[in-house]
Amino acid sequence: MNAGTTAPADNVIEIRDLNTCFGQAVVHRDVSLSVRRGEIFALVGGSGCGKSTMLREIIMLQPPVSGSIRVFGQEVIGLSDEQALPLRRRWGMMFERGALFSSLTVTENVAMVLKEHTDLDAALVAEIAALKIALTGLPRDAGAKYPSELSGGMRKRAALARALALDPELLFLDEPTAGLDPLSACGIDELVRQLRDALGLTIMMVTHDLDLLWRAADRVAVLGEERILGNGTMQELAQSQHPLIREYFYGPRGRGAREQAWNRK
Amino acid sequence: MKLPTTPGQAVTQAAADIRAGAAPRELRCEGAWLLRSAAQTESRIEACLRAFARPQTGELLIDARAITALDTSGAWLLHRLRRTLEEQGCSVRIGGLRPEFDALLALVAVRTTEPTVAAVSAPGMLARFGRNAWDGLLGALGLLSFLGVSATALGAALMQPRRIRWRSILYNLQTAGVAALPITGLLTFLLGIVIAYQGAEQLRRVGANIYIADLVGLSMVRELSPLITAIIVAGRSGSAYAAQIGTMKVTEEVDALRTIGIGSFDLLVLPKVVALVIALPLLTVYTDIMGIFGGMVMARAQLDVGFSTFIDRLDDAVSLTSFLIGIGKAPVFAVIIALVGCHQGFQVDGSAESVGRQTTTSVVQAIFLVILVDALFSIAFSWLKL
Repeated sequence: MNAGTTAPADNVIEIRDLNTCFGQAVVHRDVSLSVRRGEIFALVGGSGCGKSTMLREIIMLQPPVSGSIRVFGQEVIGLSDEQALPLRRRWGMMFERGALFSSLTVTENVAMVLKEHTDLDAALVAEIAALKIALTGLPRDAGAKYPSELSGGMRKRAALARALALDPELLFLDEPTAGLDPLSACGIDELVRQLRDALGLTIMMVTHDLDLLWRAADRVAVLGEERILGNGTMQELAQSQHPLIREYFYGPRGRGAREQAWNRK
Repeated sequence: MKLPTTPGQAVTQAAADIRAGAAPRELRCEGAWLLRSAAQTESRIEACLRAFARPQTGELLIDARAITALDTSGAWLLHRLRRTLEEQGCSVRIGGLRPEFDALLALVAVRTTEPTVAAVSAPGMLARFGRNAWDGLLGALGLLSFLGVSATALGAALMQPRRIRWRSILYNLQTAGVAALPITGLLTFLLGIVIAYQGAEQLRRVGANIYIADLVGLSMVRELSPLITAIIVAGRSGSAYAAQIGTMKVTEEVDALRTIGIGSFDLLVLPKVVALVIALPLLTVYTDIMGIFGGMVMARAQLDVGFSTFIDRLDDAVSLTSFLIGIGKAPVFAVIIALVGCHQGFQVDGSAESVGRQTTTSVVQAIFLVILVDALFSIAFSWLKL
C-alpha cells in the first residue's frame, strides 16, 4: 500500500528477547531485531543458524519459547488464526521452494488468493492475476502452466506473484535466489529493488546470496552463535572485526561479490 | 509511533471515486485506489464512462491530484481506463499524480498483459468416449508392460540373489501382512457368522443342520476368504504403495534413485510384490480359520451343532483340493494388488492432486481385477471339473 502517511523510521517488525530451542538445542538466545518501514532487510548466517526459523516465527507458523514479536505494532505471539487473519492479509510470503499449489495453474494460484480475500468479479481477478504474473517478469504463457511444468526460476517468480497478490505492505522472501542461475538471480535482485521502489514495500529476506546482499539489501543482520553478531549496512558489516562475520564476508566467494560491488560504484 | 492498532484499518481514507471534472475534457479521480475497494472503483469507472460525454478525438485530461493511495490493482484500473479511452480515439494525459504513484503506473503500463484465456472447448460426448476408451487401452497396455518389466527385474534379481533387498521384504511383510491380521481376522469372522446365520434357517427347514459345515467351510475356503482378504489388502496396502511411490515421484526421489544407480524396481516394486506374494496366502489361511470359526459359533448358537461335530463334518466337506484352490488364488491376487499399486504410483505426474487420483485408481483397478480374475478362475475350474 502506497499510503505514504507514516514516517519512514517506523518499525514494521520488532523482535525483543526472542528465545527458541528445538529440544535441547538452543537456536536463538535473547535475540532482538527491528525492520524499518520501506527498507530491504536481509537476515544472513550459516546453515542451520535459525534464519528460516525466525522467519517462520514472525509469520506465525511456529511459536518461539519466549520473547515478543510485533508486526505492524501488534504482538503476533499467541494470536489465534482468526485474530491473525487481518495481519496475514497485510504480508506476503515467498517460500524457499515456492510452495505453489501443484494442482492449480500459476494464474489460478494467484487468483485463488484474490478470490478468497476480495469481492472482485472473475474478469478483474484474472486481469490483476495476469498483472502480478507480468510484474514478476514471467512470460505471457506462464500463467496457464502448472507448477510442475515450470523451471526453478520461473517457479520462484510465480511464488512471488502469489505473495504479491493482495498488494502486501510487507514481503517475506525465503532464499529468493537459491537454486537459480546467476542471470535469473540477478533478475531477482533488480526485481526486489524495483518492487520496493514502485510498491513501497518493506522486504525481509533470508538469503545466502552475497551478490543479492550487496546489490539489494539496505540493512543486514548476521545471525550466528544463537544471537545477532552484527547489524548494519553491508559497508558497515564489511568493517566488522567479528571472526565469524569476517569469515562470512571475506571467504573466497564473499571477496568476489564485494569486489564486484565496488567495481560497479 | 503512528502505527495503527487494528491491522487492516491502517489509514481510513475516502473511497476511490471518479467523475467529470470542472473543464469539459477532464476527468477527476480522488480517494484511495486500493485492492480492497477495487470492485467499487471498477463500477464507479464504468458509471463515469457511461455518463461522461466523451469527445471522440482530441486530448483528454485525467486529473489524478486527489488520489491519496494507489496500489497495483488501482494502477491497473487507471491504466485500463486510459487504454479504453485511447482505443476510442482520445489522447489521454494523466496529470497531477504523485511521483511514487506515477512510477507505479508506469511499471504497470510496461508490464501490462492481457490475461491468457485458455481457449478450451469442452469435447463432445463421442470425443470423450473415444478418449476414455483410448486411455483405458493405454492403461491396460501400460500395466501389461509393467508386469513384463517387473518379471524381468525379478528374474535379474533371482540371478543375483545379493541384489534382493531382504530387509525391505521383511518390512513389507510386517506392514502388509502382520499388521493386517486384526482387521482381516475380524471381518472374515463376521462374514462367517453372517453366512452361517443366513444358511441356518434354510438348513433347519429341511433338517440338514449338519450341512452348515459344508456351507460355511466350502464357501469360505474356496471363494470368500481369498476374495475378501485380497479386497481388504488392496484397500490397505495397494493404496499405500501407490501413495508412497507417487509422493516419491513428486519429490523426485524416484529420479534420485535412478541417478544413484539403484533400480527403482529393485528397491520399490520387487520387495512389495515378493512380500505380498508371501503374506497374502498366509493371511488367507488365517482368514479361512477365522471365517470357519465364525460359522462354528453361529452353528452352535442356532443349530445346536457343537464344535467337535462341526469339525468332524468339515473333514469330509472340504477337500484338500478346495483348500489348495483357495490358497492358490492368493499369490495371483497378491501380484495383481502389488503391481497395480506400484504402477499407479509411477503414473503420478507431479501434482498433489494426481497422487490422490492415482491412489484411488489403484484401489478401484486392483479390486476390479481381483474379482475379474476370481471369476476367470471359477470358469477354468469348472472346465477342469475341480
